[in-house]
Amino acid sequence: MWRDLGLVVLPLLAVLAVLPAVYDNGALLLNFVVFLVLAQGLNLTYGFSGYLPFGYVGFFGAGAYGFAMSVTLAGAPPLLGVLAGGGASLLVGLLLTPLLRLQGAYFGLASLAAAEALLHLIGNPNLQPVTGGPYGVKLQAGYAPLLTYALALAILALTMLLVAWLRHARFGLRLLAARDDALAAAMAGIDIVRGRLVIWLASALAAGLIGAVFAWRTATFFPDAVFDLNFSIFAIVFTLFGGAGTLAGPVFGVLLLYGLYNAIGLSAPQYFQLAYGVLIMLLALFFPEGLAGIARRIADG
Amino acid sequence: MLAYALATGIVFGLYFALVGIGMNLVFGVMRIVNLAHGDFIMLGAFSAFWLLAVLHLPPPAAIVLGFVAFFLAGLPVYYALVPRLARAREPEMLSLILFFGLSQTIEALAAMLFGNSERSIPGRLLGRGPVHLLGQTMPRAWVYAAAVSLAMLGLVWLYLHRTRLGRQTRAIMAARQEAVAIGIDIHRISAIAFGIGAGLAAVAGVFAPFMLGSFTPALGIPLDLTSFAVIVIGALGNPLGTVLGGVIFGVTLMLMRAYLSSFADLLPDLVLILVLLVRPAGLLGRQVRRA
Repeated sequence: MWRDLGLVVLPLLAVLAVLPAVYDNGALLLNFVVFLVLAQGLNLTYGFSGYLPFGYVGFFGAGAYGFAMSVTLAGAPPLLGVLAGGGASLLVGLLLTPLLRLQGAYFGLASLAAAEALLHLIGNPNLQPVTGGPYGVKLQAGYAPLLTYALALAILALTMLLVAWLRHARFGLRLLAARDDALAAAMAGIDIVRGRLVIWLASALAAGLIGAVFAWRTATFFPDAVFDLNFSIFAIVFTLFGGAGTLAGPVFGVLLLYGLYNAIGLSAPQYFQLAYGVLIMLLALFFPEGLAGIARRIADG
Repeated sequence: MLAYALATGIVFGLYFALVGIGMNLVFGVMRIVNLAHGDFIMLGAFSAFWLLAVLHLPPPAAIVLGFVAFFLAGLPVYYALVPRLARAREPEMLSLILFFGLSQTIEALAAMLFGNSERSIPGRLLGRGPVHLLGQTMPRAWVYAAAVSLAMLGLVWLYLHRTRLGRQTRAIMAARQEAVAIGIDIHRISAIAFGIGAGLAAVAGVFAPFMLGSFTPALGIPLDLTSFAVIVIGALGNPLGTVLGGVIFGVTLMLMRAYLSSFADLLPDLVLILVLLVRPAGLLGRQVRRA
């Protein structure tokens, strides 16, 4: 646990905290943090309970809209709005807990359907007075680049601490046992339902909070932008590439792949979709445990 | 209005059964959710665009060409991807991820080759003038699509129940281990089933421009959700349950469009979630699949 903190969490946070002083593209830095949080959040649920939510972006969008609606409709101060965003994603997570009864593909597709349903609901023209409908939201929460970046780093720190703790605590080991063999774990007296529920809600909360910060920073967005399936896809690719269930894996995934994504340029999204599609297939076929699995193989000789 | 919604619901329902049946056949035989199924349909729609609107082939020729071409293309895809998966530690989860990757790859290639702009095909290519059916008047293209869907569903039934290959296919669906034990060549039968699934997707794709309106390379994922909803309502792994699922889905969709039109987009998603939660084995299913 302390080794994880010293070797991964602290160096990463230190570098990210210093970067704005030497690199002036603040929006890009924030996006990096957003994807680090999303990858670690997905890592929580996929790495520790085996549930792969294709609709993970639903929590991100719920957080963004929780923020937007609490600020525009209730006149909440932005900091409270971020908490409201987290609350909104927790609420969605609670509503979706019955999905945890499903397994594998059923869960993945049901969560995707739930995210799409949420997008259709929020983007519905009939709800324009409440959500802004298909015309999106325009926020006047105030532009606060440093504060939003600091908040994002704090959310990242909390999420990574949780992952680091789970990797060593009894609670996390129980979850891993339940992931690998639910029946045997249940026979050994592990409360599977409670464990999965807790991790599911924590994962939802992480995405919701960072979604709220993203909404604050972006200020003007359409429903399609914050419910964009690419958020899910990126988080899945980064996590799988690095190695689900590890702490450093998803970090490497984001830094390498999202770094590459930005280095080559955003002009033609198809090329990245192609590269990521092929990458997903190669990972599934040859390296199901990602970079972490390759590292382990080398270490074992 | 009610009668019209019911009649068009049945017509569209037959078509939705065709949309879903290829995915269901693949699931029944391989226990794989083929997330590239929607993209096969999307590619079918593009072939219809080239064959019907550009080359002006007669529709039956386009249907046969589409089926044969996609069937043949499906065989190498099967041998390249599936046998390797079967040896993995968590085949079900990995197959979902793998075919998701395939879906993204196909969508990206289609966007690079054909562009992202919306395309459509004029309905008159399937014949002019309205048709009277079930006491209602509707476009000829819809009835054409429903009739072809019904014929394809019938052919699937004949294949599964009246041919040697089909009986072996059903044996694998019912009891995989025993099928291996009595000497059935699992990979050969599965590859053919995968090819048939792709061919059926192509036929569904040929009619997609007429039934679903204009199309883009991004059609795949929404069609995956629709297909999955349709086959989950019927019964996963039971290709004929798909017909029931398609008709229920079609009628519900048309009723929603008639009475609650702005929320009709929500329907596939909500139906999928509700059926999975309330009756996870589908209306005709026996197995239960709970975590």
